Amino acid sequence: MSSQHFKKKTQTKQDIPTASLPDIIFMLLIFFMVSTVLREQTVQVRTVLPQAEAITKIDQKRLVSYIWVGPQKLDGLRLGETAVQIDDALIEDVAAIRTVMYRKLVEQPRLIVSLRVDETSEMGMVLDVQQELREASTLRINYSTKRQAAS
Amino acid sequence: MANLIKKKKRTEAEIPTSSMADIAFLLLIFFLVTTTIDVDTGIGMVLPPKLEEDVEPPPIKERNVLKILVNEQGLVLVEDEPSAVQLIRDAVKTHVLNEGVDPRYAETAGRALVSIKTSRETPYNAYVDVLDEVWMAYFEMWDSEARRLGYQNYQHYVDTVVEGQGLQNAIREKIKAQISIAEPDAA
Repeated sequence: MSSQHFKKKTQTKQDIPTASLPDIIFMLLIFFMVSTVLREQTVQVRTVLPQAEAITKIDQKRLVSYIWVGPQKLDGLRLGETAVQIDDALIEDVAAIRTVMYRKLVEQPRLIVSLRVDETSEMGMVLDVQQELREASTLRINYSTKRQAAS
Repeated sequence: MANLIKKKKRTEAEIPTSSMADIAFLLLIFFLVTTTIDVDTGIGMVLPPKLEEDVEPPPIKERNVLKILVNEQGLVLVEDEPSAVQLIRDAVKTHVLNEGVDPRYAETAGRALVSIKTSRETPYNAYVDVLDEVWMAYFEMWDSEARRLGYQNYQHYVDTVVEGQGLQNAIREKIKAQISIAEPDAA
């Protein structure tokens, strides 16, 4: 009598239904695949960023446009002259920056220009680029730096 | 015998789906690991707008400007006196928080201005170091001002008053971070 009772109790299903688990995981997977931007830009200049302490984060990634300044990477490990790169192309003439950036500003009025400048670059080039940004009236800039390692 | 044949027919031809979740998990972990959601960090600045041809720049009193000069070797002059990069922070603080006491420094915190001038050959590294120190001076001044007003720190103030209540940032209004990047002299 009692054994029969026990048998009945064990027959009740205690499993969590796992049939929908793959679907849930797939949903997560698709979310991650869609949300992560795999926009790879081949940076043709070397940019070892300087370190700083007073740094802020830029949360809105879609507002940011990058300008790379640094010695150009050549074949092998050699480095060439200081060059400026916007998006995928090296800028031959610094004066061309104003038209490029102005067009970007029209597309995104709250544009932030992040300057990723190599730490060995000279200020002359940086100031020239800044002057061009003023001409294009893209005034919000950011000197991209790494967080200073605790000393 | 007939019984056996019947049993064989009834086995269902299903693909086992129990491992599906594991495969999906592996893919998910792969994507989680490979994608870098790197947040760009840096020192934010706002460049001055382009000057109109016929408009004179607004007059600024000499005493309100703290001049910092960085030369080709990365050496620093503060108000025409040689200084170390580490001393800039205190120099900026005394300059901004002077409130008209010392005639060499600023009249009020709102009028104080820090001017950083480099030469064209100054390494970018040295410039960022100096700019970093100036910003740190402002951050520390905002922090102590926020503590004076009874908040834990400046970030707490921003979170509660500026973000929470939508009010103006009174601390930044009082101690304005006015940093000007001067053009190098034409050689």
